[in-house]
Amino acid sequence: MLRVIVQVIQRDLLLAVRQKADVLNTLFFFVVVVTMVPLGIGPEPNQLRAIAPGVVWVAALLAAILSLARLFANDYVDGTLEQMLLSSEPLPLIVLGKAAAHWLVTGLPLTIMSIVFGVVFDLGVTETGVMVASLLLGTPVLSLIGAVGAALTLGLRGGGVLTSLLVLPLYIPVLIFGSGAVGAAASGVSYAAYLLLLGAFLLFAAVLTPWAVSLALRISVE
Amino acid sequence: MLEVVDLTCERGERSLFSGLNFAAPSGTLLRIAGPNGTGKTSLLRILCGLLEPVAGEVRWHGRNVRKLREDYWKDLVYVGHLNGVKDDLTVRENLRVNAEVAGRPASAGRLADALERVGLAGFEDRMARFLSQGQRRRISLARLYVSETAPLWILDEPFTALDVRGVAGLSTLIGEHVKKGNTVALVTHQEVPIDAPRRQRVEFAGGGSGAVSATEEDAAC
Repeated sequence: MLRVIVQVIQRDLLLAVRQKADVLNTLFFFVVVVTMVPLGIGPEPNQLRAIAPGVVWVAALLAAILSLARLFANDYVDGTLEQMLLSSEPLPLIVLGKAAAHWLVTGLPLTIMSIVFGVVFDLGVTETGVMVASLLLGTPVLSLIGAVGAALTLGLRGGGVLTSLLVLPLYIPVLIFGSGAVGAAASGVSYAAYLLLLGAFLLFAAVLTPWAVSLALRISVE
Repeated sequence: MLEVVDLTCERGERSLFSGLNFAAPSGTLLRIAGPNGTGKTSLLRILCGLLEPVAGEVRWHGRNVRKLREDYWKDLVYVGHLNGVKDDLTVRENLRVNAEVAGRPASAGRLADALERVGLAGFEDRMARFLSQGQRRRISLARLYVSETAPLWILDEPFTALDVRGVAGLSTLIGEHVKKGNTVALVTHQEVPIDAPRRQRVEFAGGGSGAVSATEEDAAC
């Protein structure tokens, strides 16, 4: 059972390594959006410090949406998705593997990158730590929920826009609690509740979304 | 035993066939023939459980395949129109990953043997994107060699893009598989002679009539 998850993750990581442009695109987008904001609103340090968590979180969210299109599309076109649907292993496990691999090549690099932004925006050590923790808990949720949207719109023309419409409302709570955690840390209030809620979202999404994605994939491939 | 009961299929509000019935006991070569666009591939996809029929059901050993799900797919190998080959993986990686994802892990020796028998020896470490159509088809067909114990093969136009020797090798493999008491369902436009103890034919009529006839062929020919 676990073997198939590991194999799917390995496969997708290997493919990501061989198509570096896809992965770098997402990271590049994230970096560009976050670095453009100070140029747009001016270099006032206090103002920037206040908006930094929100900016990083919004950029991470948009970068995640940008990367959703290729989550299942390539597998759908070349027929490997069809073979996954006919596997004797449970499809939700395969889906979980794909979502995990997606997070490893998008969410994780963004989270690591955010440490640099913590320094650039002159956030304190605690704030940066909380931001990284919130991204660590939040970005896997983005991958999991995004997978549902990607699976539902698979094979549709203009699926990208539709995916965003489907997925964005579900991303909003993650965004609010994610940037809220950093805000709380900055104003000296306890941020634990925010992180615990993000953790709850993650568990909830990890348990339920693979089933939803599996159903959506079976419908999309018909 | 693969059974089809009162199967009705519609695609895009057009009825392809309705009330299709046939039963293929173990050890049968089931050949599905007919002009383009009459529903052959749709029938195969329904047989696989990828497509839900409008009415009727497919039974494997007496049980509905849509209820059996993973227990059915454990017995099934499907080679479809799409090869299921990743351009950015090597030939060997493609076959290995495919076997793993399908839930049929195979040893390195077995994979090498399958690639050799399918005529891809010497290409194992070549990226699939640099291969010809026929060679990609062979990667897909190598799955059959890896899963020789699967009691049901469903093959959609397996002979396309293969050369003469490839066609001969594959038809021998299919014949042997059927002789061992397994079932093979295939769609093909080429009348490739396959030596099998029991043969059945599902013939789709053209002209949008949706008429289908299922007949048993003489075993001697």
